[in-house]
Amino acid sequence: MIRVTRSAVIDAPIDRVWAVLRDFNSHNAWHPVVAESEIEGGEPSDQIGCVRRFTLRDGNHIREQLLALSDRDHVSTYCILDASVPLRRYVATLQLKRVTDGERTFWHWQSTFDAPPGRERELADMVGTDVYEGGFEGLRAYLRRARRATDRPTAASRPLAAGQTVPAQGVVVSAFGGPEVLRLQPLPARPPGPGEVRIRQTAVGVNYMDVYVRSGHYRLIEPPAVLGMEAAGVVVDVGDGVAHLLPGDRVAYACAPPGAYVGARTMPADQIVVLPDDVDEETAAALMLKGMTAAYLLHRTHRVRAGETILVHAAAGGVGLFLCQWARALGARVIGTVSSEDKARLARANGCELPLVGRDYRFAAAVKAATNGRGADVIYDGLGRAAMEENLEALALCGHWVSYGQASGPLSPIGPEALAAKSLTLSRPVLFHYIAERAALNEIAQQTFEALRAGVIRVERRHRYPLASAAEAHRDLEARRTSGPLVLLP
Amino acid sequence: MIKVYVSSVIEAPADAVWAQIRDFNGLPKWTPFVADSRIEGGMASDTVGCVRNFRLRDGGVIREQLLTLSDYDFQCTYSILESPMGVENYVATLKLTPVTDGGRTFAEWSAEFDCPPEREGELAQQIGHGVFQTGFDALKTLFRH
Repeated sequence: MIRVTRSAVIDAPIDRVWAVLRDFNSHNAWHPVVAESEIEGGEPSDQIGCVRRFTLRDGNHIREQLLALSDRDHVSTYCILDASVPLRRYVATLQLKRVTDGERTFWHWQSTFDAPPGRERELADMVGTDVYEGGFEGLRAYLRRARRATDRPTAASRPLAAGQTVPAQGVVVSAFGGPEVLRLQPLPARPPGPGEVRIRQTAVGVNYMDVYVRSGHYRLIEPPAVLGMEAAGVVVDVGDGVAHLLPGDRVAYACAPPGAYVGARTMPADQIVVLPDDVDEETAAALMLKGMTAAYLLHRTHRVRAGETILVHAAAGGVGLFLCQWARALGARVIGTVSSEDKARLARANGCELPLVGRDYRFAAAVKAATNGRGADVIYDGLGRAAMEENLEALALCGHWVSYGQASGPLSPIGPEALAAKSLTLSRPVLFHYIAERAALNEIAQQTFEALRAGVIRVERRHRYPLASAAEAHRDLEARRTSGPLVLLP
Repeated sequence: MIKVYVSSVIEAPADAVWAQIRDFNGLPKWTPFVADSRIEGGMASDTVGCVRNFRLRDGGVIREQLLTLSDYDFQCTYSILESPMGVENYVATLKLTPVTDGGRTFAEWSAEFDCPPEREGELAQQIGHGVFQTGFDALKTLFRH
């Protein structure tokens, strides 16, 4: 017997959510996996014993019977009568509870069933992820749509004629090379296909990774191609099968493949995050990639604990500042490396207790001196090859070296015996693996927005450029002239 | 008999929040309104039946008895033996439920008790807001990352 449990908090009052869920045939309107559904025999959809017959988008068909319904306790229990999916003796209960703090709703969804031997994992994942987690997102989008129906239509929600492209400009890498290879040209966005979304972008984030992609160092594109991994904007329209996004939604993303330096973009929808009402698009574009990077580095790759000493390289850079702010809030002692006195001041003002100024990649002696010879428990390293020896030297026994960026070049091979000298851990993480699954992406994104809301991470100084001045932005970034995020405005 | 119910969402996994609140003698650590606390008779603070004797910051003294404790359900219930609030047959339940979507915690705190009808509104506010919601707000701050 397999048990699957999932739960969520919906930002709507319990009466609104229950009004939808108590209707046994409503899933047609809000569940992304349901194609068609009807109640057999024309019975009312809140009648105990009524049967819903429905087909899924993947072609499977299911008949389920309503066993119990309580308006007082907000409980609905039902079972599968027959189905083309081998979920045997499947009984499910959904229950809502009021969250008095904020007039929200807690939704608990659970089922037990048997599966053919060997298919337990597959079916448990299908129920937990596609049905339950998909249901949470689908209901949220449905409630947003219903709420928006009472608002005045805006320019973003005016319907487009079918097949119409959205005119826009974009910045293309004409050939691998320096900032001069960036060219502005017309790049209209085509209508979205199945699983895709089209976004009118209002802010684009510039990251050091864009420099590596432009120079050909990281072979992620073949010129001519568009740069950029991060942007925010408003959804114009969505393709088939996209249930978690609606025209007019304010959204942002930080993901591959490159292509964000544009005024409008059609792309896969699964890495798109809906922005909370209190996060504006420019801030989102300035912080999604760097903020989520800091989130996973400090909480997943290494769980930073109060009292640890951490070393942050490029402490006044985009990711560096967030690492300093957030690690300090977690109670860690933050030492940093920076390339100028101005940057030292900025780092110190943002949680870095001891910024070490230098441009020659030498810091280990200063780190040891500042820690009574012990060294740093964790090093968040964006420097790469040039700092390898000093990093090994600066680590404490049992320390964790997190190499998440390689500005001076990729690390040369390190054998396990080099780590054995001090029982070190070496991690070489990549953001995109940590957010590849939607549940993980939403969790890390929400964690980042919550940190922003609480003032733990702050975006104060930002450098704005028109989209047409992307080359200038790259020049400033490479010359180490900037402190804080760079944003291109289409 | 009146019932007070308050619920909230804490941005931390349920097992971590439970570890913080399961200590029946631990109120001073996570609530702002308790100054100090001890378990009478030297019993361990997770022993069903033990009595906590604690002092509020405003000076009042309260004695409460632990009736149930479940590390499996993340739930405990307790009753008031003595307090300056003027309530009778007061039994409260504190329960946590994991929110799998986001690794968060749904927290519920409720109490049932008898009191003079004219004091119901005032006591509901004092307990619901002054104790339960204030306690949850303190937990949220504690787990703010």
